[in-house]
Amino acid sequence: MTFVQESMYLGFVLTLAAYLCGMAVKKKFGWAVLNPLLVGSLLVIGVLLLTGVEYQVYNQSAQYISYLLTPATVCLAIPLYKQLHLLRKHFAAIIAAIAAGVAASAASIFAMCMLFRLDHITYVSILPKSITTAIGMGVSEEAGGMVTITVVGIIITGIFGNIIGETVFRVLKIRHPMSKGLALGTAAHAIGTAKALELGEVEGAMASLSIAVAGLMTVIVVPLVSGLI
Amino acid sequence: MRYLKECAIIFGITLAGELLNAVLPLPVPAGVYGLFLLLLCLCTGAVKLADVEATGNFLLDIMPVMFVPAAAGLLDKFGVMKPILLPLFLICLASTLIVMGATGKVTDWILGAGKEPDGAETKGTRGTRGTDQNGAAMKKAETKGGGRS
Repeated sequence: MTFVQESMYLGFVLTLAAYLCGMAVKKKFGWAVLNPLLVGSLLVIGVLLLTGVEYQVYNQSAQYISYLLTPATVCLAIPLYKQLHLLRKHFAAIIAAIAAGVAASAASIFAMCMLFRLDHITYVSILPKSITTAIGMGVSEEAGGMVTITVVGIIITGIFGNIIGETVFRVLKIRHPMSKGLALGTAAHAIGTAKALELGEVEGAMASLSIAVAGLMTVIVVPLVSGLI
Repeated sequence: MRYLKECAIIFGITLAGELLNAVLPLPVPAGVYGLFLLLLCLCTGAVKLADVEATGNFLLDIMPVMFVPAAAGLLDKFGVMKPILLPLFLICLASTLIVMGATGKVTDWILGAGKEPDGAETKGTRGTRGTDQNGAAMKKAETKGGGRS
């Protein structure tokens, strides 16, 4: 057991292996529910439960993966830079649409947290649930939230958004490819963007642009509304 | 030495973001400060895309894996989170529908009340911030510029 306790790479390798398994499962079945992050995380939990290794022991070496999260967030500037000409071209439409989405997100989360009588920590942890995990984790931390709640919320949101997107567009008669892309990216971040890329080029470009823009807007909005509960 | 230089730039900007996060009294994550700094450097030409792209794409490629430890934290925090799991689930479902509807409807409305953008003959007005562009112009511009994700 001492090797398990002291290993610097065990948790690290377990994480990579679990995620790769998640990718393989996704490739084999192709269902959106089998998101690699979801499957990978559940596999890690399963392995830890089966072997009786504590999460802290696992995290001792797995935490070094998270060490790269800040520079990876910085690198989100690269896809944003490549999409910048689209943002300039349709500045008003894109900003208005994503602002509407971000406001709708904050308002709906506030209302439902009141309804369920959730406490402040839970509320601020859920607030960034529609944006990309890299920025969402940071926002949650800065607001004093619990990062695990945020990540779980972000995963549920992404997968649900990916699955339900086309139905929402049909029922609400949302027709323009730009609207679909912005809606998927703003509501369901990268997992929604995967669906947008399936729908078409315009949808995909707009969705990947909205990941960064919605994330940045949420950084501004969360501190403004975090004191409400 | 290509990766060395790229890493130096990316981690240097990350450090600057960390510094801003420590110095400025705003609730902005270090990574977001860094994101803005890198974007600024790219736009001003201080950093060329080719000087960060390989390492940047590597980091973006492995990024989803970085969320696994936090998500697996559910195991550790299950006791605390158990009472809120159902509300969390319901809030996520409802809010996702609302955000998707709001964003999509607002865009459709701005682009001309959700008409089918099939024509795409009009040339897009270049670089304006106006709200007067119509859906067809946008569609045209997108087909030209998109697909880089």
